[in-house]
Amino acid sequence: MTVTVLLFASYADTLGKTQLELDLSNGATVSDALGQVRSMPGADRLPPEPLVAVNERYARRDHVLAAGDEVAIIPPVAGG
Amino acid sequence: MRSALTDRPIDTAALVAEVARGANGATLLFIGTVRNVNDDQTVTGIEYSAYRPMAEREMADIVREASERFGTSNVVVEHRLGELTIGDASVAIAVAHPRRGGAYDASRYVIEQLKKRVPIWKLEHYADGTREWVGAGGPPVVEAVK
Repeated sequence: MTVTVLLFASYADTLGKTQLELDLSNGATVSDALGQVRSMPGADRLPPEPLVAVNERYARRDHVLAAGDEVAIIPPVAGG
Repeated sequence: MRSALTDRPIDTAALVAEVARGANGATLLFIGTVRNVNDDQTVTGIEYSAYRPMAEREMADIVREASERFGTSNVVVEHRLGELTIGDASVAIAVAHPRRGGAYDASRYVIEQLKKRVPIWKLEHYADGTREWVGAGGPPVVEAVK
């Protein structure tokens, strides 16, 4: 199945893109998606446990993904 | 109740007018502004960006929570995105409540939750020409995961 990964701010700079597609096996979790992202050039500068949102809601590492999900890796927020 | 991201200057007087009701004895306007120094570096401007649909949803949740917890539906928040200069309002919160205690509590709740949960980022521009994402080196705020 395919999921879309969104990158923002410092993480987008680190990986040199704002969006990418991942091919994952059925039953894959947020943790599995992060594992794949980590193998990409520049991803070694991501923190060990970045915040993740799935379909615009904060999600835990063991959250099971579905085809077409939007997985956002959220840098430390700095609004206000 | 209302919350919004905006690419235009925030009209703070309009926010105050929006929450005004005859039953309210207290009205508070909080304005967050771009300051000219951060961590001993001279700041010349800030570029705000967001994960827009999620930021809008989180802000709507926060305003609803504040309304439920503190007993007033007269709560409005706007956050600016894009290029801002020193003194510009980056965020404004207007709250009106029958009593001042409730107004202060609701206003404080909205800004503190916004800073923890809403996916907005700021790229600071410094006088020496460099730029840096604020907070990028810090740990992610894991309490945000509910």
